[in-house]
Amino acid sequence: MNGVALALRQVAYENRAFWRNPAAAFFTFAFPLLFMFIFNVLFGEGAGRFFTPAIIVFAVVTATFTNLAMTITIARDEGVLKRIRGTPLPTWAYLAGRIGHAVAIAFLLVVIVAGFGALLYDVPVPWDALPALLLVLVVAAVTFSALGLALSGVIPNADAGPAIVNAIVLPALFISNVFIQMSAAPDWLDAISHVLPTRHFADAMISLYGVGGSVGVPWTEIGVIAAWGVAGVLLALRFFSWEPRR
Amino acid sequence: MTEPAIEVRGLRKSYGALEAVRGIDLRVERGEVFALLGPNGAGKTTTVEILEGHRTRSAGDVSVLGHDPGQHDRAYRERIGIVLQQTGVDEYLTVREVVSMVAGYYPKPRDVDEAIELAGLTEQANRRVRKLSGGQKRRVDLAVALAGDPELLFLDEPTTGFDPSARRQAWETVRGLTELGKTIFLTTHFMDEAQALAHRLAIIADGRIVEVGSADELIGARSHASHVRFRLPDGVSPPERFGARPQASASAWELETEEPTRTLNDLTAWALAAGTELADLEVRRRSLEDVYLQLTSEAAEGAADAPAPAAPAEAGA
Repeated sequence: MNGVALALRQVAYENRAFWRNPAAAFFTFAFPLLFMFIFNVLFGEGAGRFFTPAIIVFAVVTATFTNLAMTITIARDEGVLKRIRGTPLPTWAYLAGRIGHAVAIAFLLVVIVAGFGALLYDVPVPWDALPALLLVLVVAAVTFSALGLALSGVIPNADAGPAIVNAIVLPALFISNVFIQMSAAPDWLDAISHVLPTRHFADAMISLYGVGGSVGVPWTEIGVIAAWGVAGVLLALRFFSWEPRR
Repeated sequence: MTEPAIEVRGLRKSYGALEAVRGIDLRVERGEVFALLGPNGAGKTTTVEILEGHRTRSAGDVSVLGHDPGQHDRAYRERIGIVLQQTGVDEYLTVREVVSMVAGYYPKPRDVDEAIELAGLTEQANRRVRKLSGGQKRRVDLAVALAGDPELLFLDEPTTGFDPSARRQAWETVRGLTELGKTIFLTTHFMDEAQALAHRLAIIADGRIVEVGSADELIGARSHASHVRFRLPDGVSPPERFGARPQASASAWELETEEPTRTLNDLTAWALAAGTELADLEVRRRSLEDVYLQLTSEAAEGAADAPAPAAPAEAGA
């Protein structure tokens, strides 16, 4: 079997294992929807126009970055990665399988969140901007997956995983127009936030959702996200570890 | 078939200032079961992991099945199977799913059910790995290592944590594999395991091979001494000339002799004359364990006497 076929096969096994843990699967989906519900209640009428694209961003980041950084660290500590590395499976095919599954789950979440937004909060899906929307989502999902792999390389052990990952993800999302609008933020914080891929991802999604296809393809945002993706791949190549850290 | 399965010359491995492997030569023939014995920290696992391709070497030549494991190439990994000391699998999959998943990585895998049967897991084939006992999970490691039908199998302490009957069963599996012409490289703490399975074994201590040979050769090469053990009634001691040493357990004695026939004749004559019984009389040759303990403690003393090149001097105290 060639590497691509092996990677797809790996996605299928990942997927089977994922649904065998129904509690974990359920909360993967319930978590962003719960946030969406709470924000819409708190901020009232019209909040959905902001929070539907914002929660899509949140869902993609948790399903790729958070999820991979934590599960890959656990797999490394349990020796799963070392076992794989001793077999003929090309290591890139294994990682592509993990990323492929994370991206698939992220897309399923996007569909669910967009569906909830349209049905419950009257936020129509911007169909006319669909190609641009998909491009942003694909680039973002791959970028945050690569960053998740890179982060797992510097997490010393699985127990430290949640604390480290949350300490990175939550502040980044708070200053990236995801949970709170940045319109009232001081300039210096806004400047910091503009370095982050989460900010550009959120801005791209919010503008595509708000203005629709007339805005065109948000190339600047896509460019910044992609640059972080390249950095993520390079950092992962440098720091990724197949063996438990002692 | 004259090319050996494994050939190692002058292998060295340093971790910073610590030299874990200090110049090892090894040759393992095809179809052979070869055991590497040694105390914790002697360099066993480092050596095996270099052969497996999990670790790079600092110096030396290594050829396994004609490949250099340091290259980590796919063609090499297609020909070997590895049971590491500690590894995991996705525990939400069943035994059969895990084995089929791994079998799919190889060009000519073994039949999945056959691999499961060889590991003794037929009854558990459809159970999720997380529902298995510790010993059964260890057998999943073996089933996975067999999935690719490897020519050479590395077993790093394969039966640690097994109950006695599971160990016997694992030994039978290993013997079955030898009959199929497979080469097996084994590390173990257990002397009986090495003696039961290995055609040849090497004892490693302090990063060096201190002895290589069959179990019989290793025992014979050092000394032909026999150990004689017996009990005497309280207050009765054997004459000085036997050199018998009192043992910890009640009124037991043990002596070592190079001439068991003459010594026994002498000893039984004395007992008859003294009107006493040599209760629980036992004669045994030196065991592999005796040889192992002697060699590894000699190596440890040697290391303590020699000026330690790597470690700071005060660490030896």
